[in-house]
This record gives sequence, C-alpha cells and structure tokens, in this order.
Amino acid sequence: MSLWEYANPVKFLRLSERVLSTLWVLAISSTVVGLVWGFFFTPDDIRQGSTVKIIYIHVPAALMAINAWFMMLVASLIWLIRRHHVSALAAKAAAPVGVVMTLIALITGAIWGQPMWGTWWVWDPRLTSFLILFLFYLGYVALWEAIEDSDTAADLTAVLCIVGSVFAVLSRYAVNFWNQGLHQGTSIPVATGERSVADVFFVPLLISMVGFGLLFLALTLYRTGTEIRVRRTKALLAREGRS
Amino acid sequence: MKALLIRDIRLALRAGGGFGLGLAFFLIVIVMVPFAVGADTGLLSKIAPGVLWIGALLACLLSLDRLLALDFEDGTLDLLATAPLPIEAALSVKALAHWITTGLPLVIAAPVLGVLMNLPTQGYGWLVLSLLLGTPALSVIGTFGAALTVGIKRGGLLLSLLVLPLYVPTLIFGAEAARRGAAGADVSTPLLLLAGISAATIALMPIASAAVLKVNLR
Repeated sequence: MSLWEYANPVKFLRLSERVLSTLWVLAISSTVVGLVWGFFFTPDDIRQGSTVKIIYIHVPAALMAINAWFMMLVASLIWLIRRHHVSALAAKAAAPVGVVMTLIALITGAIWGQPMWGTWWVWDPRLTSFLILFLFYLGYVALWEAIEDSDTAADLTAVLCIVGSVFAVLSRYAVNFWNQGLHQGTSIPVATGERSVADVFFVPLLISMVGFGLLFLALTLYRTGTEIRVRRTKALLAREGRS
Repeated sequence: MKALLIRDIRLALRAGGGFGLGLAFFLIVIVMVPFAVGADTGLLSKIAPGVLWIGALLACLLSLDRLLALDFEDGTLDLLATAPLPIEAALSVKALAHWITTGLPLVIAAPVLGVLMNLPTQGYGWLVLSLLLGTPALSVIGTFGAALTVGIKRGGLLLSLLVLPLYVPTLIFGAEAARRGAAGADVSTPLLLLAGISAATIALMPIASAAVLKVNLR
C-alpha cells in the first residue's frame, strides 16, 4: 500500500469520508479549547494588557497562511510530475482557505498594532511580505476562475504557483532590504529551541496552532471532495448531453 | 531568430502596433503626479526616482497584452510552436522585441521626464542605469504573464493582477538604486541585486513562459 493509492478519486473520497468526521471533531475542539483557554484563562501581559490575547488567532492564522501556500506548491508539483487530478484539485481547494488565513492574520495584526504600535499599518518587511503573499493568493484564485478548461487551468495555476513561490521568497528578502522592521521576531524559534513566550501563554497557543492546522486540513479535504464531485457531475452531464 | 525579431519590431513600429503608446502613457503618468501631490519642487525631487520607476513599470505593463495575444489570434504562435526553433528561444526573442520597442524608449525618455520631476542632477545617471538593468526583467516577467493569460478573453486586468506581484523585487531594487543615486548615496548593493534579478529572470523565465504557452496552445 502506498500513498499514491489515494490519487484515485474514489479511494481518496472513501478515505476522506472515513477521516473527516473525526478530523472535524478534533479540529473544532482543539481550536475552541485553545481559543477559550487563551482568551479567558490566561493572565494579561504586564505591558500589553489583554491585547496579547490576539496572539491565539494571529500566530496560528499566519502559520497556516504560509503552510497553505507550501501545501499548494507541493500539490502543484505532484500534479505537474505525476498528473494526479486529486492533487490539482487539492491545490485549488486549499487556495481560498489560504486567502482567509492570510486575511485573518493581516486584520488581527492591524487590530493589535493600533494600540501597541499606535498605527494600523506600517510598511514593515513582515507585514509587507504578507500583503504580497495575499496578492499572490488572489492572482492564483483569479486564474483558476478565469479558465474554463479544468486541465489547462490546473497546469497554468501549477506553474504560476511554482513561479510565484520563487518570487514570494525573493520579495520576502527584498523587502527586508528595503525597509527596517517594527514587527517582533518569532517568539518560538524552532531551530534554537528557545522561546520568549512563557508557558502560561505557550500551551494554549500550541493547542490553538494545532487546531488551526487541523481545521485547515479538514477544510481542504472537504473542499477537495466537493471539487471531485463537481467534476464528476460535469462529466456525467456532458455524457448525457452527447447521447 | 533574427527574422522573428525584425518582424516583431516592425509590427510594433507600424500602425496599430502600439509603439509610442507606452511612451505616451509614461509621459501622462509623470505629468499627472504633480497635479496629485502638489507642485512643491522639494517634494517632487524627493519622490522623483520612485515615481519614474512606477511610471516605467506601468507603461511596460500596458503593452504586455499585445505581446502574444495578436499572434495567438491569427495563428502565428501555432506556427512558431511547430517551427524548429525552440519555443523558449522564440519567447526570449519576443521579450527582447518587447524590450526594444517599450523598455528602451522608456529608458531614453526617463531623463527628460526627470527634468519635469525636478530630479537632482547626480540622480540622472543612476536612474538611467537602474532602468537599463531593470526593464529587461520587466519584459521577460511580463512575457510569462502574457503567456499565462493568452487564452483568456479580456485577460488584461487578470494579467496585471498576476504580473504586478512578480514585479515587486525588481521594483524594490530598481527604485532603491535610483533613490540612493539621487540622494548621492552608495548604489552598488541594490544595483548589483537588480542586475542579478535581471540575469536570473532572463535565463529562467522563458522556460516557465514556454511551459505555460505550450499548455495554452494544446
């Protein structure tokens, strides 16, 4: 048994149907636990007051916004190399979820920035590159919408995703060069193993991150299933029209 | 290749090719800026490098949908695709033709418009140099966008949405080089990075453009 078995739409649907209900329960419960714990059962920060609590939405959303694009990149590569339709549809299904995550990260960041930095928006490298990522998402979704033939659309968006990834990384470092930052560095550097977040804040944040991740997974699986069914319906209708 | 280049340039130069349109657009954008921000010469000379870069970039963008669409409609692209010349090379030549008919005139016109924008004297050379290095990148990235949207009717707006985010690094380094040049600061770092982006995009983007064009011609 290999992973590629699930490139078969029927097998994929069967698997996702079996997993989805559990996944939904896990995703929603861990998101709710993480957020409720974060919002109501953690102390206020000594300097930031209760605004610190927006971290439980902001950080997981930003994390998933980037990971969603990365997942789309991997799915696009799989589509270009192995031509599994499920892969292309998964990339298509993930994009709007990524758009929403990016938007959540941008908006919560602005809401937090207003009292803390005294401004809704600054042209800080992190903020700017997130805005650019948002534009890339919009272009990607718009290209999917604009092309009628689904295989052509899958090919074109896959190439756009790859080229876009290169340019998104390039922009990330270009904006670093262009303007100095106001955004704080990461609170949880994985590489060094240190972190600047105390345990009381960190545990609910971790749960919330896991929750957002599972939520993304569940939404993407669900939406991919929908896309597969839409395509199947179209094929059936086309067949009926011909006979 | 040479024949294709000459053909493309000729088509662009003659009536209906839209040559000069980009140039006129560039002029108009630059003329509009003082109306919008006020005629304060100090402010104008401060924002001049950035505005000139934005103007050049938009003028470049404007002519992109003509780059492949007309050839796609009359079947020239199908012929090019079946010709012995690799389609990557054909697209490189088309990008070069686009640069000669759009990018190069912009580079030449930029100092003249710099006068309108009250650009500081020491900034002219760097502005021209940064545009000279940066506009080829705009042309090849634009060719990718044009190849991507060639099959879509009225794809102009979509083309802008797709291409503009890809222009971000080029714009940042180009405008930064021009800005530092105008301020009399050291320009070597942004200029070298800009040259690097141009070299990399010229080498790699035609491959991506050819890949999407093949899909669109399928």
